[in-house]
Amino acid sequence: MSSGPTAVQPLPRGTLAGRVGRRAVDWVPALVVLVLVLVFWQESIAVFHIKRFLAPQPTTIARTFWSDRHELLSAGWFTFQEALGGFAIGSGLAIVFALVLARWRRFGAALLPYAIAGSAIPIIAFAPIMNAWFSPFSKESKMAIAAVLCFFPVFVNTLRGLTSVRPTSIELMHSYAAGEIETFRRVRIPTALPFIFTALKVASVLAMIGAIVGEYFGGSFNALGVLINSRSATFQFKEAWAGIGVACVFGIAFYLAVALVERLTLRWTPSTAQ
Amino acid sequence: MSVVEITGLGKTFGAGTTALQGIELAIEEREFVSLIGPSGCGKSTLLRIIGDLIAPSAGKVLVNGKTATQARVDRDYGIVFQDPVLYDWRTVARNISLPLELSRWNRRRRAERVGEMLELVELTGFESHYPWQLSGGMQQRVSIARALSFDPALLLMDEPFGALDEMTRERLNLELLRIWEASGSTIVFVTHSIAEAVFLSTRVAVMSPRPGRISNVIPIDLPQPRTAATREEPRFFELVTQVREALHLGSDLDRQLAESTRAERPT
Repeated sequence: MSSGPTAVQPLPRGTLAGRVGRRAVDWVPALVVLVLVLVFWQESIAVFHIKRFLAPQPTTIARTFWSDRHELLSAGWFTFQEALGGFAIGSGLAIVFALVLARWRRFGAALLPYAIAGSAIPIIAFAPIMNAWFSPFSKESKMAIAAVLCFFPVFVNTLRGLTSVRPTSIELMHSYAAGEIETFRRVRIPTALPFIFTALKVASVLAMIGAIVGEYFGGSFNALGVLINSRSATFQFKEAWAGIGVACVFGIAFYLAVALVERLTLRWTPSTAQ
Repeated sequence: MSVVEITGLGKTFGAGTTALQGIELAIEEREFVSLIGPSGCGKSTLLRIIGDLIAPSAGKVLVNGKTATQARVDRDYGIVFQDPVLYDWRTVARNISLPLELSRWNRRRRAERVGEMLELVELTGFESHYPWQLSGGMQQRVSIARALSFDPALLLMDEPFGALDEMTRERLNLELLRIWEASGSTIVFVTHSIAEAVFLSTRVAVMSPRPGRISNVIPIDLPQPRTAATREEPRFFELVTQVREALHLGSDLDRQLAESTRAERPT
């Protein structure tokens, strides 16, 4: 046949440096926005005579972060561990739950309404209860809150992925007389993976928020939420802002870690292969 | 023993729609039989019943002398759909080896067979490409290689070239005839293209709708092997005309239309 290798799109190639360079160029607009916002913030406080303790300048926050870095980072790490635990428990349960529901539809029909109702739990109201159940100073109480937050998006997306398989894909497996487990393993789960990763990225950020919200209702003195809460209560706003900054950094790092695993796992899709 | 033997076959869908009625068809070894007919005549349904992907309501189907279900469990047939149904997360080589994995072939034997199959469909060198990196015609060749990888006696094809452009389709028609020669398999081929059915087949089963039935079976006596020149032979055109007329005859709607035009014609 005449169509040679030129007729198809080449496999993604290019040096590592070249790829990093291209990626860096993609980030330029976002970086410009960040710098503009910081400059505006810094200057407007001086120009409009805003009280410095209410809205400290970015440079002040950065200095506070640097002088308190040991305390802040260790608090961030502590809270991150809670978030990670909650993320693992919530997402893990959600995936198992979705697998069960995709396999036994009638069972699913019985449980789905409660899963949806569960997502309506106001997490703020839930936090003190979890603290009461698991002791306010334990990591477990914060993990429980993070897990509840992670569960729903992961559950819904996984279920959607598992059930959005093309009918002909299933017919093909049927023509090979493949069993249910084979079909799940070789068709349904790979089809669901992009959906699952999208949900895990959302859940990673939610887990960090969940852990911090939990800590607002009591927690170890070494926790980020407790630190932010106590500093704002005593009008130490630049310390509170530095704490918020650390929470964001851990949240973003968590998100990027999940995105990296996604990129390594979903090598086959056009969007991640390039 | 026929490869496919269909007797008194009928299929009624839930609400009482009769999709197929009174189907009788025997397909011998090494035959290439096309099922042709307008949309809604049940040709795809018939193919799926042969493959035991749909259960019939009446009659019976034997494949290699066994029930259709037993034949499916024994992996006696390979199937190709209009959509190539390649798994995006598998490379070309791993898509072709999927049925071999399910049959528990070891790695070495699988690699060997995948190499042979890539050669057969002329895709050597593309084994580590992903489906999205291939053209539609190439994807369909991977799908054919996958269907033939475990050397089934029967190949079922449901409008495999229906989504391709005319030029690619004609090229793949030739390709398919070569593969049919080389593999020695029996093929049941669903299409709605008259020229494609005549060019490829040893017999064309013409189907008509409401209820779906086989209204005519036309033997195609064009000499083998067929080449691009076959399409230009007078006998090819005669057979195309014959199939076309059989198709129109089979359709009630067309017959009524023909009658009403005749009535309007001034005498």
